[in-house]
Amino acid sequence: METIETAAETRNIKKKTYPIKKVKNPTLTIGLILVAFLLLMMLGGLLFSPYRAEQMNKKEKFLAPCFTHLMGTDNFGRDIFTRVQKGMGMTVLIALSVTGIGAFLGTILGAVTGYYGGWLDEILMRLNDMLAAFPGILLALVFISVLGNGKYNIILALGIIFIPSYARIVRGEFLRLREADYVKSAKLMGASDFRIMWVHILPNGLPALLSALTVGFNNAVLAEAGMSYLGIGVQPPDASLGRMLSEAQGYLFSAPWYALCPGLVIILLILGFSFISEGITGR
Amino acid sequence: MRKQMKRILTMAAAVAVMIVLGGCTGNTGEETVQPESNLTVESNTTEGSTTTAENTDKTIQEGEAVYGGSIVVGIQNDLDSLDPHLAGSAGTSEVLFNIFEGLVKPNSEGELIPAVASDYKISEDGMCYTFTLRDQVKFHNGEPVTIEDVIYSVKRCAGMLEDQTEPLVSAYSVIAEIRTPDEKTIELVLSEADTELIGYLTEAILPEGYENQASAPIGCGPFRFVSYAPQQSFVMERFEEYWGERPYLDRVEFRIAANTDSAMMELKAGTIDIYPYLTSDQANELSGQYEILIGTSNLVQALFLNNAAEPFQDVRVRQALCYAIDAQEIMDMVADGYGTEIGSNMFPAFGKYYKDLSEYYSVDLNKAKELLAQAGYPNGFEMTITVPSNYQFHIDTAQVIVEQLKQIGVNAKIELVEWASWYSDVYRGREFQSTIVGLDADLAPKALLKRYGSEVKNNFIGFSDSEYDTVLEEALRTVDDQIKVNNYHRLQEILTEQAASVFIQDAAVLIALNPELGGYTFYPVYVQDMSQVYYRK
Repeated sequence: METIETAAETRNIKKKTYPIKKVKNPTLTIGLILVAFLLLMMLGGLLFSPYRAEQMNKKEKFLAPCFTHLMGTDNFGRDIFTRVQKGMGMTVLIALSVTGIGAFLGTILGAVTGYYGGWLDEILMRLNDMLAAFPGILLALVFISVLGNGKYNIILALGIIFIPSYARIVRGEFLRLREADYVKSAKLMGASDFRIMWVHILPNGLPALLSALTVGFNNAVLAEAGMSYLGIGVQPPDASLGRMLSEAQGYLFSAPWYALCPGLVIILLILGFSFISEGITGR
Repeated sequence: MRKQMKRILTMAAAVAVMIVLGGCTGNTGEETVQPESNLTVESNTTEGSTTTAENTDKTIQEGEAVYGGSIVVGIQNDLDSLDPHLAGSAGTSEVLFNIFEGLVKPNSEGELIPAVASDYKISEDGMCYTFTLRDQVKFHNGEPVTIEDVIYSVKRCAGMLEDQTEPLVSAYSVIAEIRTPDEKTIELVLSEADTELIGYLTEAILPEGYENQASAPIGCGPFRFVSYAPQQSFVMERFEEYWGERPYLDRVEFRIAANTDSAMMELKAGTIDIYPYLTSDQANELSGQYEILIGTSNLVQALFLNNAAEPFQDVRVRQALCYAIDAQEIMDMVADGYGTEIGSNMFPAFGKYYKDLSEYYSVDLNKAKELLAQAGYPNGFEMTITVPSNYQFHIDTAQVIVEQLKQIGVNAKIELVEWASWYSDVYRGREFQSTIVGLDADLAPKALLKRYGSEVKNNFIGFSDSEYDTVLEEALRTVDDQIKVNNYHRLQEILTEQAASVFIQDAAVLIALNPELGGYTFYPVYVQDMSQVYYRK
């Protein structure tokens, strides 16, 4: 009974000290501001926008950034700012789903292998290593060639590829924590494995997982951008940040803003989340 | 923590580099070999020949042609085979045109001129072709071209060699017998009348029994093969013993650019001398550095509708799309207004055979909606446009079409596929709803019309119309040119009336030419003739 309380207490202490750290933590603050700014921009686009993202206008091709078109227009006369908003939505959605799939399956895998150990651990982790040994993008390409093109397939492919990184981290935490006193006493009390894993161990491994999540989210954004840049993934005329980069590359010199704007947004997005992840782990 | 900061910065830097250098990373994911087929995006011109004429005048004034020098020509697709009879894609034949010659060859006016044959005659009933062979024609290995070589090459195309089951060139299947009245004369006797076979007799003459065509091709054209590195380059040099006019250039390298963007970087750096597939924006960008020539592609670009698939089984739906899609707007959007609007499956280069039907469906959204309502789709429907991912031009066209179709409530979705899978699934497998490509033709107008016969293998849109079949058969059988012209006009009308597909345009071709060069010639077929290109003094 006592030990369980300790476990709960540890959690409480964490919760209490968190906000104080946050204020003191400039990295986290910068990160949050950046991300909040971008998310606001993205949501603003969903709520109100003078243009449709696919709306073409042959009289307004390649306008440089101005007041009516904040980021200029592209080769079809579409408003780049609107497309960046839409594209960021798509990119973030894909990155979130990818992170979700990867983290969910990775956590289960890591928890089971880390908690039980033994031959199950050996087999699953070797499979995991195999998956991790391939370069991610290459593996995703293989998935795509089997599954076919399209954003849902990209989500699935990238999600699977991101499993190993989460599985490793979660397994490490479980390995470390399964010998903890409160776990032992929970076992003595006859708590089920399931309960021990999800109620006792996982919450204590959360900080590590959380920072892995933000880094993973970043990687997912980059992976989506990379895949769409290669012409797989999001299909035209849908916009995503990577897709826009790929479409813009033909006009690098004649209309540099076309590539720079989505590129800048990718950089800011990544920076923001990196700062957040930094803020969570760093002291 | 510092380590992680470093990582973030590296990542950010990487993204920045990616943006800046975007142009030079090839779209490796999209890079494909163009296997067979008479399908392509671009080639050359008749309208452009006026442009060329002006240009040649200018070049003569500016400097005389000199012999010597070497150039680099950018091409878009890897070659599918070095064996000219097996090579199917237009992107391959445009290169091999310089290496090989057939009994006849096309000139820049679109006429067939004698090549390996010095003279030819077609009997009045269209049943017998007689060729007189030219003296002094030599293969690149130094051997003279003999009548056995010619017979061998014709037989090889017609599938008449012992180990062959099918003709390599399907048009040759009408050849029933090959006769040789004397050492210099060869007669092709046909099983049925065909006056258009001559357009296919441009197929290469190869040395008899030579086995290595696919790796070290030997022909009798103005240039000889030097080397080929897959996905990189194809190099050839002047053949000194060529029977015709001596080519000016010593050496020509065809460099395979993964896509227009990477070619663009090379153009900017000045490492490519000729590049024939520019977009209008790129042309604008290069106009100071290069001379820009404008021609027409001689391709039928269309939104091809699978007539066998829902909802395009209904002619009213197809017509509705024709009324909704504005070809002029597409040209304005994608090519700065360059291009020629077409209304049927033929382009103006075919002269008298061509009938201008581009005005048949003028844009009329209300009529389009009405037709859709009649067909049972008052609220529109969902459709998929499959586009080969290596052709940005078609992808851009598709995006404009998606927007135009929205106006009549049709919700179109673009699906990009690699060329190889486009070819196998869409073109061969007919598993598609609609697609955008360009169809080209050899020098015979029938190539463009015969494909829509109900039973024809190439009829990938599954068009079927009994009147069409009758008129087509008559047109193919007749030797009377006037009947042929009338029937071909009627065939084009049927395709338009039945809205077999949404025919869009004969796209413009924009070519970047090193200003020191002259003599670039447009052809009404898909070739890059290097034998006339020269450096100016």
